[in-house]
Amino acid sequence: MNIAVCVKAVPDSKYYDKISIDPATRMMVREGIPTVISDLDKHALEAALALRDKNQGKVSVFTMAPESALDNILEALAMGADEGFLLSDRAFAGADTLVTSYTLAAAIQAKGPFDIVITGNESDDGSTGQVSAQLGEWLCFPHIMNISALVYSENALNVTALSEDGSIDYKMALPAVLGVTRKLNKPRLTNIMGMLKAKSKPLTVLHYGDFPTDDNYLGLKGSPTQPGAIYAPKMSRKTVELTGTPEEIADRIVQELCKAGVRH
Amino acid sequence: MIVMKEMNISDYKHILVYAEIKDDKVIGTSLELLGEATRLATALGNNTEVWAALLGNDQEKYATELFRFGAQKVVVCNHTSLNVYRSDLFGEALTQLIRKYKHETVLVGATYAGSELAPTVAAKLKTGLAAHCNELKIDENKKFIQVVPAFGGKVLGDILTPNHRPQMATIKSGIMQKIEPIDFIGVVEHFECDLSSVGNKIEVLAVHKESTGRKPLNESDIIIGGGFGIGSKEKWAQLEEIASLLGGATGCTRPALDEGWTQGEHTMIGTSGVAVKPKVYINFGISGAAHHTCGIKDAGLIISVNKDTCAPIFDASDFKIVSDWEKIASALIEKLNS
Repeated sequence: MNIAVCVKAVPDSKYYDKISIDPATRMMVREGIPTVISDLDKHALEAALALRDKNQGKVSVFTMAPESALDNILEALAMGADEGFLLSDRAFAGADTLVTSYTLAAAIQAKGPFDIVITGNESDDGSTGQVSAQLGEWLCFPHIMNISALVYSENALNVTALSEDGSIDYKMALPAVLGVTRKLNKPRLTNIMGMLKAKSKPLTVLHYGDFPTDDNYLGLKGSPTQPGAIYAPKMSRKTVELTGTPEEIADRIVQELCKAGVRH
Repeated sequence: MIVMKEMNISDYKHILVYAEIKDDKVIGTSLELLGEATRLATALGNNTEVWAALLGNDQEKYATELFRFGAQKVVVCNHTSLNVYRSDLFGEALTQLIRKYKHETVLVGATYAGSELAPTVAAKLKTGLAAHCNELKIDENKKFIQVVPAFGGKVLGDILTPNHRPQMATIKSGIMQKIEPIDFIGVVEHFECDLSSVGNKIEVLAVHKESTGRKPLNESDIIIGGGFGIGSKEKWAQLEEIASLLGGATGCTRPALDEGWTQGEHTMIGTSGVAVKPKVYINFGISGAAHHTCGIKDAGLIISVNKDTCAPIFDASDFKIVSDWEKIASALIEKLNS
């Protein structure tokens, strides 16, 4: 069983409150924030590793990012993936989700065949949650996201997808694309042995031209959506501090509840 | 792979809202999107119409509700296969419908199903999609601008779709406003989709419904929120008690959810959870990361209790209480019981 896992390298979400917008340049300031594997993608990787451990085969990791993301792929290899591909080229830069999924799909097609493609349901940074479904469309594979459970048997996958009021169980024919949630599993940790082994595993940087692509669907130029201005949300209110004993404060809260019409 | 066709964007007109049905009624998010579409159509002028699409079986019965909330035309696509949601069937049906009517703008509620359906359709149509928009705007040149959050809501960015149509957006529940219901009956059109090419690569095995027995968070007038500062599941029970005394619901942050103290994922408030706008939001032990504050910005009154006087939550609050949360919570429980 050959499994491709798409992993995104993102600024560590623990530091998002440190991100600001430079008032003069209107550019985002994110200096000093480390880049990590997006949280849900670790769950995707864990799912792939568990499937491989049970059914044999290999797990290949695909990331589209600047070359600095080699460290993040090394971490994925240390967790147990067998090989890594970093899609890195100026021609790929500025891609929106349609074009990101196109580029990843093109590389997956070139390095395949794969039975299963897995990604996290959404990334920590953009959180669009669009790439898994769009990968499925480009690859012409059936695709399901919001997955909270999965079982492989006889060339098919039984998956559970979350909904607002419960879940839906589906059976999927392979090859298939999955978008997974936190509920699916607990990602394994890396250890020293894993790190040492990772260094000898194949890790290839794929540039523009290293796999077939249609230039109409590459980078910012090929992206239907274009970014405009960025700004910080305005959320601040005129804050009044309430002081006194807890009983006095509780009285005041109840008065405010009455004023707001939620208690009489 | 697909060959790109030249697109004449002036062929595309009107705004389409995908109307999602749950438990035999149109979900609130779809009605909110009709409200937003009505507002956008007015801003655009040029006889822009608000349309709604219904996919399923015997869907005509839902059209009245859509007209009441702003739809001028309703396209009904009935097909025996459109029963339980499947990304392949619903994706194909909605794609065919949009190809035929050429809507300029398509709005989809960011429910579990909608968040999968929209990128599926966008990829089939090779067009742009902006996820989880906080706001939709029409600029002075009548261009459609979608405002999306990034980095957990710390940053907002404008997204434009200059050369592709339709321009698509997903929007979470509670972000947009319904219109006051009106007395109006518009045109119902029937659309026949051909799903013979979809095949059976996906099969529905079972549908599980879990009843929480509580009002959904975004229908509650009062929400009691708790974060990591609560400390344990036993202590969390105090928040449940306050919520129950006030006839409200509890909501939580990601860390509290991950600790397993809360009512579950559907009660997580923020960019990756739900956006809420209760009349009153009282929260305890929440530091106030942008992830969370983004989801409460439209609440009426915000009362926050935190022991750290510098907690960012206070900036986004009307009332600030610097205290050990338990002291305030127990005083409040006592007061509400008396």
